[in-house]
Amino acid sequence: MDFKGSDTVPGPRTEDQLPHTAEAAVKIVIVGGFGVGKTTMVGSVSEIRPLTTEETMTQAGIGVDDNFGSDTKTATTVAMDFGRISITEQLVLYLFGTPGQERFWFLWNGLFDGALGAVVLIDTRRLEVSFDVMGRLEERGVPFVVAVNTFPDAPRYPVDELRTALDLPEEIPIIECDVRRRASSRDVLMTLLQFLHALAMAKAPA
Amino acid sequence: MTPPKRQRRRPKEKPAPPPPQTGKQKNPERLFVVAGPDGGERDGDLDLVTLIVARADPPPSPTPEQSALLRLCTAPLSVAELSAYLNLPFSMMTVLLTDMLTAGLVTARNPIVRQTVADRSILEAVMHGLQRL
Ligand SMILES: Nc1nc2c(ncn2[C@@H]2O[C@H](COP(=O)(O)OP(=O)(O)OP(=O)(O)O)[C@@H](O)[C@H]2O)c(=O)[nH]1
Ligand SMILES: [Mg+2]
Repeated sequence: MDFKGSDTVPGPRTEDQLPHTAEAAVKIVIVGGFGVGKTTMVGSVSEIRPLTTEETMTQAGIGVDDNFGSDTKTATTVAMDFGRISITEQLVLYLFGTPGQERFWFLWNGLFDGALGAVVLIDTRRLEVSFDVMGRLEERGVPFVVAVNTFPDAPRYPVDELRTALDLPEEIPIIECDVRRRASSRDVLMTLLQFLHALAMAKAPA
Repeated sequence: MTPPKRQRRRPKEKPAPPPPQTGKQKNPERLFVVAGPDGGERDGDLDLVTLIVARADPPPSPTPEQSALLRLCTAPLSVAELSAYLNLPFSMMTVLLTDMLTAGLVTARNPIVRQTVADRSILEAVMHGLQRL
């Protein structure tokens, strides 16, 4: 722990404070493999400078020599960036840029199960790194859309081909984006929301 | 060039919900209970996006952590933001907050979590908010 005492803790800047009327928050997770652009996306749409919450994961060592009969543990610090968008005076949206490995997800209680939905960011140079993420979301019943972060040197596949490769049903949106651009990241989130809305309509028609 | 191929997965069976607790009346104002003497689990969980607000009257002798936290959440602030500003892991943050909730030093505004059927009005509000971005 790294607690520095009350006087040295910098809090939110005045303009980053939520109004007293803020009464509830929702969250969306942005998930994807190493270096796909999660942090960049959080930063491009957030109204606050992105923040980081850390958690320490302790794991029993694997294949450790047992000279001292010790159960060696290794500690890994896992960081998750997040940002915020005020929706109304009452409602706040939080965006979490979550590491792709499921073993990290349980570190933050309810991260996925309480989320409205997820954005799976993919890089077509390394498509397979997101296969497991999608499978885990499907298993947990977390609705998601797929956003292809278009790096300049990445192969461009037609959406149909991607859909086949990712084995995604027709209704799951697949969109291209450049997460460095705010408007592009916003469009990804909007696509997710429209998809969630369509799901809600299908389950309980108006 | 053909991309690598994935195979879709199906939702797993949800574990059965825990049996309803008897003899323990749940007061919606106090969903948070400190760990029992056996170090047992907390009752009611703090989410990353639970909003925390300091109570108006400060406690007589707060710990350094408590006063730092109280200063931060004079306006509502999420557990995630508190964890980031205080540089405390989320798990430690929830322990500290659970104590403070029990002592009545702060209040918690629970997040809206996804239900089997999503709340359309919430989704619509978020869409409108994003449009203005
Ligand atoms: N050309 C290009 N570069 C990008 C794009 N998005 C992100 N980058 C760059 O790719 C690198 C990785 O982006 P990050 O946002 O840090 O990715 P991340 O998913 O948070 O990475 P980790 O947290 O390390 O897993 C950074 O140097 C970004 O500037 C994009 O759309 N186009
Ligand atoms: Mg990152």
